[in-house]
Amino acid sequence: MGILDSKVPAGPLADKWTDYKNHIELVNPANKRNIDIIVVGTGLAGGAAAATLAELGYNVKTFCYQDSPRRAHSIAAQGGINAAKNYQGDGDSNYRLFYDTVKGGDYRSREANVYRLAEVSGNIIDQCVAQGVPFAREYGGLLDNRSFGGVLVSRTFYAKGQTGQQLLLGAYSAMNRQINRGKIQSHNRHEMMDLVKIDGKARGIIARNLVTGEIERHSAHAVVLATGGYGNVFFLSTNAMGSNVMAAWRAHRRGAFMANPCFTQIHPTCIPVSGDHQSKLTLMSESLRNDGRIWVPARLEDAQAIREGKLKPTQLAEAERDYYLERRYPAFGNLVPRDVASRAAKERCDAGFGVNKTGEAVYLDFAAAIERYGNEKALTSGIKNADKNTVTKLGKDIVEAKYGNLFQMYEKIVDENPYETPMMIYPAVHYTMGGLWVDYNLQTTVEGCYAAGEANFSDHGANRLGASALMQGLADGYFVLPYTIGDYLSNDIRTGEISTESPEFESAENEVKERIQKLISSKGEHSVDYYHKKLGKIMWNQCGMSRNAKDLQNAIDEISALRTDFWANVKVPGTADGLNQELEKAGRVADFLELGELFAKDALTRNESCGGHFREEYQTPEGEALRDDENFKFVSAWEYKGEPKDAVLHKEELVYENIELKTRSYK
Amino acid sequence: MSALIKSSLARKVVMALSGLFLVFFLGQHFVINLTSVIAPDLFNSWSHFMGYNPLVQYLLQPILIAGVVIHFVMGFVLELQNRAARGAVKYASYKGSANASWISRNMLISGAVILAFLGLHFYDFWLPEMAYKYLESNPEDATRYHEETVHKFEPFWRTIIYVISFVLLALHLLHGFASSFQTMGVNNKYSAAIKTFTKVYAIAIPAGFIFIALYHHFNQITH
Amino acid sequence: MKLNLKIWRQQDAKSKGKMTDYAISGVEGDMSFLEMLDVLNEQLINKGDEPVVFDHDCREGICGSCSLMINGEPHGPDRMVTTCQLHMRKFSDGDTIVIEPFRAKAFPVIKDLMVDRSSFDRIQQAGGYVSVNTSGNTQDANSIPIEKDNADDAFYAAACIGCGACVAACKNASAMLFTSAKVSQYALLPQGQVEATERVQNMVRQMDLEGFGNCTNTGACEIECPKGISLENIARLNREYYSANLKG
Repeated sequence: MGILDSKVPAGPLADKWTDYKNHIELVNPANKRNIDIIVVGTGLAGGAAAATLAELGYNVKTFCYQDSPRRAHSIAAQGGINAAKNYQGDGDSNYRLFYDTVKGGDYRSREANVYRLAEVSGNIIDQCVAQGVPFAREYGGLLDNRSFGGVLVSRTFYAKGQTGQQLLLGAYSAMNRQINRGKIQSHNRHEMMDLVKIDGKARGIIARNLVTGEIERHSAHAVVLATGGYGNVFFLSTNAMGSNVMAAWRAHRRGAFMANPCFTQIHPTCIPVSGDHQSKLTLMSESLRNDGRIWVPARLEDAQAIREGKLKPTQLAEAERDYYLERRYPAFGNLVPRDVASRAAKERCDAGFGVNKTGEAVYLDFAAAIERYGNEKALTSGIKNADKNTVTKLGKDIVEAKYGNLFQMYEKIVDENPYETPMMIYPAVHYTMGGLWVDYNLQTTVEGCYAAGEANFSDHGANRLGASALMQGLADGYFVLPYTIGDYLSNDIRTGEISTESPEFESAENEVKERIQKLISSKGEHSVDYYHKKLGKIMWNQCGMSRNAKDLQNAIDEISALRTDFWANVKVPGTADGLNQELEKAGRVADFLELGELFAKDALTRNESCGGHFREEYQTPEGEALRDDENFKFVSAWEYKGEPKDAVLHKEELVYENIELKTRSYK
Repeated sequence: MSALIKSSLARKVVMALSGLFLVFFLGQHFVINLTSVIAPDLFNSWSHFMGYNPLVQYLLQPILIAGVVIHFVMGFVLELQNRAARGAVKYASYKGSANASWISRNMLISGAVILAFLGLHFYDFWLPEMAYKYLESNPEDATRYHEETVHKFEPFWRTIIYVISFVLLALHLLHGFASSFQTMGVNNKYSAAIKTFTKVYAIAIPAGFIFIALYHHFNQITH
Repeated sequence: MKLNLKIWRQQDAKSKGKMTDYAISGVEGDMSFLEMLDVLNEQLINKGDEPVVFDHDCREGICGSCSLMINGEPHGPDRMVTTCQLHMRKFSDGDTIVIEPFRAKAFPVIKDLMVDRSSFDRIQQAGGYVSVNTSGNTQDANSIPIEKDNADDAFYAAACIGCGACVAACKNASAMLFTSAKVSQYALLPQGQVEATERVQNMVRQMDLEGFGNCTNTGACEIECPKGISLENIARLNREYYSANLKG
């Protein structure tokens, strides 16, 4: 077990959480008023945690780099949120959601955390409906569900193509209620620059006011980091431009272990890269795979002709198409988990079947769905022997009702009509399963420092299933953290207000100022983006969808060299005493340059393939991931020791008492 | 209630209600004027009634004047607030025509023209009437109205001013009439019908006034 | 393509700003408008100048950060898009493009093209919520059936991303579309009924306090809204407000 204690309570899986809650320490309401909590990040996890903690009576300070909590990148989640409500009566249960999530994560997540997640999932939906989140409904007035990848039931609740925005606005509204009551002070356009530890405990943060450039000290009895993932280490990802690892990385440097940094989700359905100017990638919701069929031409010469613009995809007959997911995975077909779908797309494109100019795209085709829905609608509308045009028209209407906004978004970006010609998609970096190591209480290895949502590592193992990120963010924020943090804070009722006039705050502030000074005074040759793009290329080519030892070693060396070059030659215009977006970016990229190396090191250490981590050396003859449970059934938790290459690995052995480890098969 | 009175929405209601009242009055005015073309005697008797009925004179007339004043003052206040709301620095490039009609963006212009017209209209009809009745204390004469009215339209310049003003009135109504329903919170399945009705009204009534003005003008020239 | 850009530059909230001309070449149709600005900024940085500051984040049309007035229209000439989704193929070689911040007294400029929209947050804080604790101890989500049409309309109102294009487009800088979208979402759902009276009164009061202009029903907001929020919401806000005040 080493120094990592997961603090998973004893007892049967299904009772752990309830028993645990029944026995943890509570803080009485009068004392809560004397306790301050800092929440960094205001997405689903942070927003939900802030609102709930404030309702409980704690004094909460929130921090976000955006101009409003409502803009956190949770907002961009499209497809939906899972919950084991079993409203469809299709055999869903807490256990099944738990099982699907552990299996989907390729058996690299912690059983007890995942079960708890499944257990509270139903509450999330109740809660959100009570808040006025406008989920999609059926004509009978009850909630509608759809199906997502890697599962055989319909348990995904959704609000058209903007479930994330609606859930975030729910959390934001709960925050607003507390802001109005004076229980939350929200610091927007602020960035956390460092974690302050006093006597080994997290007692505050140093933040930079992004508008004035002022460096501020903020103290609290506990600090919650809900700062999302680090997918932007790849430069191109579906993350927001500002998404960054700074808060988590600063905590890491102060003693919080980083777990499984190499577990990254590459989402299969994104709009392909169009050129070097590209600043980010746009996701097309996984829900599209409910109705879209993925294919490439069966013959290389057809693929070639399509790339050269001599052939149109609609000209190819059924027999000339290779619906490779349906071919390889008949049981799950187009709804295999994301890692599997992504790798399959890469495999086809690497083999020369790609369909856009760069050869890095496959088709996602709705023609069959349009016809199927059209026929169905014609029948139910009493139209007999409908002709093809009528069927197509009716079908398009239904597809539009389901995915209209996504289709519109696609058309705006690509300038092609996806109702007429199949969409082109390609995998892109989307989510990071890895993150700060936390125990069952969501506490990191720094006492009093908690991590929630994507920022922690605990629930998704090596691959996250669709519609589970929203579930985890809200579960952590609304239902888990507010309980577990009380257990810790019950020891702090006599502490009183934490002064910011201590030597610890002083030295942390000075370090932050020095670092900023170093960045701003380095009038080198290259912009921050120059380095970020270079880092992204290294990451994508050598730590992307498939990895091997040689590339990973290369990546480590190259990132290390790039980091040295960055500190010597980066050019940050302007000054530090006001709004300076280049300076903000520089600080973030500096941290990505450290994290990237640790990422590669982690991937190099993990000599197996599991979930999103695919090592070419470890695969079955059919090219599927080959897990090594004997040697790698553990969480890698890295301790900071200066340079990333010196990081020390700690292992948390994963114990599976309720699930039998199997080779994941979606065939 | 005090919150209501101070709120921006209340000012809007005042605008809408006074506007609707004026629209209603306009219709009634038009019906009376129309008789000057088709039935001069009826015109005389209705005009006489309007001029001497105490209810009209001492209740409706002040309400009408108040309606005009409120609509105008409130419109001006709102306009000032709206201009201030843009802030000290205005857009270097603002393409209002891309997303809203000229009419809806320039209610102040059409309104100002109508107000100026009202000045002339009062000078033409209302002041002489007041002088006739109250200053000079002339006796009642139920037959004088038609001739006086028709006579006003003899000069070409006045007829043209009337015509132009009615065109602006039509524009003002084209936005204002339908808009007042939206302000009153009416936006439902009947909205399309309401919009059509207000459009027809906004064009037909001013067109009718124009017809009457031109009719009297050209009738006198040919005589 | 080559373009001439006229961009508002302003050092900070207190400084006076001015329009500055920039020439840019090598712009491709596939670029988003913000990527075009990225290219410009890269050029400025390489020349040793300060890059143009503008708000942006998700770059997929949902966060509501981007906020540019482009040739006199918020989010530019395309409809139903935010600036990050506006592509350069909508422009032609040699075009002059005027780029300004959203202008409203309630949206003061922070720097260059970045404005402070916290007035929107304060309107929401005044009542844009249902006062239910986030304990999870609520009734089952399916215990209140909601008519699909109402649920859908509530969703369409809730689709507002709070970008402020409505205010920027409105000749009166009115925030009625924004406020009405939030009021409508709750007015259409049973969960919102309990606090309906106070909510609409408080939100309208805050909206007025922030210094937004009055709605004159020009409809510009609806046309420019990247999420297609309908004017019906404003009528609904009006109704809710009157009935709230008549109730007392």
